Amino acid sequence: MLVSQESKRGEWPIFSIVAFCLLIVVPLLNLVPGEESFFHFSDFHINLLGKYLAFAILALGIDLIWGYTGILSLGHGVFFGLGAYCMGMHLMLQIGDRSVYGSALPDFMVWNRVTELPLFWKPFSSFLFTSGAVIFVPMLVAAIFGFFAFRSRIRGVYFAIITQAFALSIWLLFNRNELNLGGTNGLTDFKILLGFELSDPDTVRGLYIVTVIALIGAYLFCRWLVRSRLGKVLVAIRDHENRLRYSGYSPAAFKLLVFVISAGLAGLAGALYVPQVGIITPSQMGVLPSIEMVLWVAVGGRGALYGAVIGAVGVNWARSYLTTNFPDIWLYFLGGLFVAVVVLFPNGIVGLIEQAQRWVGRIFKSRSTDELAESKERSVP
Amino acid sequence: MTDRGSIIYVENLTVSFDGFKALDALSFFMDYGELRLVIGPNGAGKTTLLDVICGKVKPDNGRVIFGRDADISTYREHEIAQLGVGRKFQTPSIYLHHTVRENLELSLDQDKSVWAMLFRQLSSTERDRLDEILAMIGLAEKPHQIAASLSHGEKQWLEIGMVMAQDAQLLLIDEPVAGMTDYETEQTGLLLQAIAKERSVLVIEHDMQFVRQIANKVSVLHEGRLLCEGSVDEVQNNEQVMEIYLGRG
Repeated sequence: MLVSQESKRGEWPIFSIVAFCLLIVVPLLNLVPGEESFFHFSDFHINLLGKYLAFAILALGIDLIWGYTGILSLGHGVFFGLGAYCMGMHLMLQIGDRSVYGSALPDFMVWNRVTELPLFWKPFSSFLFTSGAVIFVPMLVAAIFGFFAFRSRIRGVYFAIITQAFALSIWLLFNRNELNLGGTNGLTDFKILLGFELSDPDTVRGLYIVTVIALIGAYLFCRWLVRSRLGKVLVAIRDHENRLRYSGYSPAAFKLLVFVISAGLAGLAGALYVPQVGIITPSQMGVLPSIEMVLWVAVGGRGALYGAVIGAVGVNWARSYLTTNFPDIWLYFLGGLFVAVVVLFPNGIVGLIEQAQRWVGRIFKSRSTDELAESKERSVP
Repeated sequence: MTDRGSIIYVENLTVSFDGFKALDALSFFMDYGELRLVIGPNGAGKTTLLDVICGKVKPDNGRVIFGRDADISTYREHEIAQLGVGRKFQTPSIYLHHTVRENLELSLDQDKSVWAMLFRQLSSTERDRLDEILAMIGLAEKPHQIAASLSHGEKQWLEIGMVMAQDAQLLLIDEPVAGMTDYETEQTGLLLQAIAKERSVLVIEHDMQFVRQIANKVSVLHEGRLLCEGSVDEVQNNEQVMEIYLGRG
């Protein structure tokens, strides 16, 4: 929470290097070296990395609402899921008669004896409509939910509990077959997107590149937002909402805006996740995944945008690694991580980095006392 | 400065918390350009009076007239603030993770809508105003210091500066010198007197030395009612006041 500002010097070089590596180097390593080569980046891994980076977009949104504005939402799985389901519906309709039953309807509808495509499915055959819906549907839901919650001045732990109840109820709703969204099995078995075979390595790489571009765009947008004068209001809401009210601001409007933006980012993340992973079920939008998403940001470091990205990629990489190699350990690791973040490093990885910078600074104390004084001034007790 | 009668006029104000009457049919008024001190023992209703004026507490009964005619008792906090009522709280209420200058900038009298905060930049007049306030509150040397690292006295001054930046016509100041050194107390007195040249200031304070330093007129509250009003000497020699401060007997 106390991580104040990303250091101003050296930010753009690091940003450019990371963006260049993700956008150019990784796809080239996938494309050029032979599969036996040490430098080869496999299709499997590029797909995995694409999934992590989609999560990073969602983490940016959680960082905006939680890290900067101080509002803990335990319901972002819902917004992620809504974006994912919107994209999933489009992909289901793209399957066409290549489905198991050879019907134009999605398979689960055939099992459920639905004979005609439900009305709300129809617009999703359009890709253009879908690409708008993946962002605007979660934003609309967040706007309605947030309007009532913020107007009633529901704050802190009460807001967290209500969002959790919200996630639970949406999860229950999506589990019902009557909703015509595949019930517990969700939407899966996708084949093509915009005419590209999803199983084709070129498509996998293409989806990865689209995800990287979306992440870069989302990062720059969030950065602009938090550096604007509005960003200062957000931090002021986090630190002293009442003071702001008696200075003539209506915090509810600012909170609503950020909540809606973060829901849009979560929806975008969901839409990028679905074609890369190939399935979306209610279990990915319930209470537990929502809590895990918050944990990514806590591990990375709240209140620093790059912390959210590091946290999302890092925790999910650890998850893949541990569940593959030590399947029994994963849950203990996750639990231990949670405890460690709360007890040992409340400012996450970003906090550790800043701590390390201060140690290094102390070692070179004699050389540059001025710089140290400056860094002390910037750090917050 | 204008002589147009009262800037704030509360009439028959009653506020009760679970049956306890914090304010009991209180009537009170203050003129434009006045620096008024409100004193009274604990539980007299001093802070509650400020809370009602700035919209934090809604009264059970009574009216709060700000300026010429607006009854602000039903307005929301930010609306009252935009009308020109500024509040400084008892404990320093500042944005700890912002710099001194950012604290003032946020408080500045400006369009405080979402879109204005996103797209509008500060004008040069507004920047000059910030510098002016920084000088007045004695923090001209520390505009970029994080507010959390200020001393207690500096935090109090910063919050007074924030209320000034808000361009409030009526400043409600709750115990500004609590925990200050003698020097800081004196400086605070001078600051409030300077502010009172252009605005109306209502100060709650316990420190009688400080009250003596700055007050022209003092109001004494007791058990939610106005006990008496007058100059410092008049009030200190009032028998009822002596009784409630020194105990009955």
